[in-house]
Parts: sequence; structure tokens; C-alpha cells
Amino acid sequence: MEALTVHEGNTAVLERANVDTDQIIPKQFLKRVERTGFGQFLFFDWRFKSDGEEDPSFELNYPSAANASILIADHNFGSGSSREHAPWALQDYGFRVIIAPSYSDIFYNNCVKNGILPVRLPEDQVYELMQNGNDKEYHLTVDLQNQQISDKDADFQATFEIDPYWKEMLLNGWDEISITLQYEEDIEAYEKRVKV
Amino acid sequence: MKPRTIIDKIWNEHAVRAEAGKPNLMYVDLHMVHEVTSPQAFEGLRLSGRPVRRPDLTFATMDHNVPTLNRESITDAISKKQIDTLFDNCKEFGVELADIHSPNNGIVHIIGPELGLTQPGKTIVCGDSHTSTHGAFGALAFGIGTSEVEHVLATQTLWQSPPKTMEVHVDGRLGTGVTAKDIILSIIAKFGVDFGSGYVLEYTGEAIRGLTMEERMTICNMSIEAGARAGLISPDQVTFDYLKDRRFVPEGAEFDEKVEQWRQLATDEGAEYDERVVIPADEIEPMVTWGTNPSQGVGIHGTVPYPEDGKSATEKKVIKTSLDYMALEPGTKITDIHVQHVFLGSCTNARIGDLREAAKIIRGNKVADGIRAMVVPGSQQVKMQAEEEGLDQVFKEAGFEWRDSGCSMCLGMNPDFVPEGERCASTSNRNFEGRQGKGARTHLVSPAMAAGAAIYGHFVDVRKLDQTVSS
Ligand code: SF4
Repeated sequence: MEALTVHEGNTAVLERANVDTDQIIPKQFLKRVERTGFGQFLFFDWRFKSDGEEDPSFELNYPSAANASILIADHNFGSGSSREHAPWALQDYGFRVIIAPSYSDIFYNNCVKNGILPVRLPEDQVYELMQNGNDKEYHLTVDLQNQQISDKDADFQATFEIDPYWKEMLLNGWDEISITLQYEEDIEAYEKRVKV
Repeated sequence: MKPRTIIDKIWNEHAVRAEAGKPNLMYVDLHMVHEVTSPQAFEGLRLSGRPVRRPDLTFATMDHNVPTLNRESITDAISKKQIDTLFDNCKEFGVELADIHSPNNGIVHIIGPELGLTQPGKTIVCGDSHTSTHGAFGALAFGIGTSEVEHVLATQTLWQSPPKTMEVHVDGRLGTGVTAKDIILSIIAKFGVDFGSGYVLEYTGEAIRGLTMEERMTICNMSIEAGARAGLISPDQVTFDYLKDRRFVPEGAEFDEKVEQWRQLATDEGAEYDERVVIPADEIEPMVTWGTNPSQGVGIHGTVPYPEDGKSATEKKVIKTSLDYMALEPGTKITDIHVQHVFLGSCTNARIGDLREAAKIIRGNKVADGIRAMVVPGSQQVKMQAEEEGLDQVFKEAGFEWRDSGCSMCLGMNPDFVPEGERCASTSNRNFEGRQGKGARTHLVSPAMAAGAAIYGHFVDVRKLDQTVSS
């Protein structure tokens, strides 16, 4: 997993609540057995019209969202299905950071495990960012070490909370399985004790 | 000792490592696997040369992609690849698989309980959000992502932060003709799609105690639609009776011993939860969703809301977007909504009890003109049982299609889907945009309500049909 320390990039604004993983990656694209290549299908039913052309009215297709690597979204982002194809698609498309007031639990975990930083900010701060970014290019710097977000002119500045364990994983790009396997003795002891 | 909830008890028993301020390393007792969320996990193991730590605690099935007609011949090449991949992976890693030819094949959340794999007190995970279903047995069961699937395959554990607990108390008695599906849809309509976020829910109250195991599964199944990590019900005699004599449940004296242990799991009198919500059972009516998330539902005598009814700017917008997608006018009576499809299936409502309930209403009636109605049993076992009871005939004579088991039109990954712009009364759990097919419009209902809609072509109050139809 790629480590994430300080990330600077353009934002894309998605002004919709309860965006579920069925929208992030529609099920017809879940049939691949690989982990990569899902970016082309991200938000497929919204991004493309039925003739296959990009739909200019969809937020990610706005010129202001060109090369965006930070997604600003509304409440309950990533709800619904547990499909990890959702963060795979977001990441493959180029997103490294998501900023929203709230996420579904499974989606949040899935993001962290794939090197995407899901930032929780209070609603009013998220809406301020949406205002700033929805009609023009808007760059943010996200500093995970110091848990800070700011824009270029420092007009916007915020700090955010993150579980220290997740933070460490993201900062170092660690593979969780190798960490766990360091505790193999504990696992064996547990299995003996409860006889599973 | 301080009174504890079942959630705390299961949690404490499964902590392999618990350090303050860190997620705990939790042992997993049962890992269910299906074809969609596992290929990349097995691939990861292969790449790093790791085995499956406990194949004996792992059980696989194929359900999402399987066709419900001619299941022997999968025409979609990519579906076939995913199914073949699971077959090969299970063989390579020594995992038992109920493959497409097995009499035990079916939707993962239906076969776990059916085989007795699901038991009180277990920690159960699966790369599927509706794993919460297994909570009906007093198990701590939750969905995980594919990285976590790989992690569990390799280590039989997961890092998890201790959950907050919430009691969802259904107070008093349920009215006649009101079902488990109506309870859970009402709970979500009342408290919203994310009220359970970060919590494990325990459903309590007389109305819950009075439910069969199958009905309890319907409730727990949709915990995730309330944003909860998991939902469960303390086990009781109903649970033990259901489990007796199932394949993976111990027999004889060992069973009695188990039952004694299981009894101890139930939440202690006076235990405290972090949060508590109450819904009076007598306010629950047969429910129909009108929107594109499961909280957007009303009782059968209700109407489609106006965007202005929304309590916040965001909610107003959400209602507006949902109504546009659903092509519904505000103020429309629910009973005036006509459907073109009826789908009786999914891990929420495709167990034998669900089919019996629907068949009661269908018997001797015909599917209304212009409606395509189908029954997709939740597992091959359910299908066989239904055929033994002659339910297949009841459905077929009425004009329903009778299929093999699978997820089918719940998500339309196989050839069963709802065409663009058409409307479906569905017993599944998600009415998201495009869930049942691109542009498909889904109304979530109970099996009885789906049956009523099939006969009349629009939603009806099935409580009023009772005498005329089922006599
Ligand atoms: S029936 Fe539907 S909700 Fe249940 S496991 Fe299958 S796809 Fe998921």
C-alpha cells in the first residue's frame, strides 16, 4: 500500500447525501477477479449517458474537477453494499482523500485499507468547502501527520480526528496482515484456550 | 458481576489482544465466502504465499452470479469466470464449497443458518453487508471488505474497535397481518438510514420475542440499512429449537451442554446500552417504500411525501431527487402505485416461511395482467421444501415464474433484472437507484404485500384481503 503523508490536489464536489456503493461502482462491474482497472467504471451510471458519452451535468465531469484527487461529499457517503470495489474504483480514478461529514463504517474501513484517507469534518466546514470548490478549481493540502487541511491562501483551515491506529497504517503504508502475523502466538494461544 | 449485554459478552470472549486505545484483535469463529468479494482476497494469499489458516472455519457458496434458470449453463463469460475462480480457489485452499450443483447451494445468509453453521455466541463475518442476518441467532455477525476477507483467511482474526451498543425496543404487540419486514422498514423509516452508524443493535421486546427464527433473520438482515455494523437478538428457546438436528450443530448431550452455554449469552437484566430507541409495535403497519433509500417508506394507507416535508435543506433535496428517479408525484396514494414486476426473493425474505405467507394470499388467484412475477427461493433447500409442500404449484398456477435459488433480481448481476423505467414490488432490502437494473424503480415490501401487489397490480392492504382471499 502506498504511504500517505501530505497530499496536495484539486477537489471534486459531490453535493449529494447517502451516496451508496451501488452508485460508486454499479454491480455490472463487480465481476472482474482483479483488483485494478475499476476507475473507468467509477460512478458509471451518473458519469456516462446511455449513448456512452460523458454526461457534462455530472459533477465529476465539470472542468473544475479536472484531475481531482480529493473528493468532497455529503453525509453517509459509501453506504450500502460492502463491496471494496468502491474504494478500488475511487483510487484507480485518482482519489487519495475523501472529505465528508459521515461515512458508512464498512466503507470507511475499506478506504483506509486501500490507502485512501477518509476525513470526517463537521457539516458546516464540508459545506464551506463545497461552496469554494463547486464552480472552480480548488486545491487543498491535507496533512495527515498534523491532521490538518488548508487551501492555498489559508482562507480555509481545519483540523480533523482520526484513530491513531489507522493514522499509523496510512502514514506508513503498512500491510495489515503482516502486522497481525506478528501476533501469531497470541492467536494460537487463543485457539488452544477456547478450543476452536 | 455487573450486568452485561450479549454484545459485550461475545466481544470479550473473542478478544485475542486488547490494548487500550487501539482496535482489538478479534477471533472469527465462522467465515462465509461468496464469489464476488473473494477472488482478490485469494489472489492476495497466493501472491504472498500464505495458506488459509482455518479452512475448517471457512465455508463458501456461490449466489450472486448464478442464473436462476438453466443453472448448469452460465452464458455470461465474466460471471462464469468468477464462479470458476471460486471453485478453483476453494479446491486449492481446502475450503468447503456448496457449489452450484450442491443441494446445499443458496444465498450465503440463507444457507449459514440452514446448515446450522450460524450459532449463538459466534463471531461471523462475510464479505457481504447483509451478514448481519446471522445476528438473529445471538451471533455477532457483520460484513467486511475484501482486504478484510484476505485478512481473515490468513489470520482468522480482524482488528476491530469495540462497538457502541444500542437497544432497539419494539414495545408491545404487533397488529395482525403485520410482518417482520414491516417492523424493520418502520424502524428505519422512523430513525433514518444512519441512526445505527457505529453501533451494534440489539432488538428487544415482546414483538421480537414472538417472532420465528426466520422472521428474526429478516429484521437483523436489514440492520445494515440503518447504518449499523451488526444487529442481533438474544437467543431463547425458539433459537435452540431451530438449531436442533441441523448438520453443523452438535447432537445429544453435547447439544444440551451447548444450549446451557447459549442461554447464558442473553443480555442480563439491567444491562446498560450506550443508546436506546423505542418504537411502539401498534403503530407499525404494512410498509411500502416510495423512494431510493430504505428509510423512505410509509404505511400502506400513506401517501408519497412532498419535498417540502423534509426537515432540512438536505432532506428536501433528497426527497426531490428520489421522487424524480421514482417518477412519483407528491401526494400520490400508496395504493394507487401500479407495478410491472413482482420479485419474491433475496436473503431478506426468501425462506420457506416467506414463501408460505405469500402462497396463502396467492392460492386460487391470478397474477394481474401485464405483471411479471417471479419467485426465487433463497436456497435449493428452500426450493425443495416448497416443492414438497406444493407451493411451487400454487405460484405457477397463479402465473408466477418458479426459479432456482440465488440473489437474482435483488441486485440483477445475473440475467434477472428490472428494465429501465419499470416498477417492481420487491421483497429484497435495497431500493437504491439502479439496484435492480439501470433505471429500475424498486418498492420494498413484505412477501405478503408483494403477493397482494401481484394479484391486484398495485399495492393493497393485505390485512383486508385475509378473509376473501385465503378462505
Ligand atoms: S440476496 Fe441481495 S442482499 Fe442478499 S446477499 Fe444476495 S445480493 Fe446481497
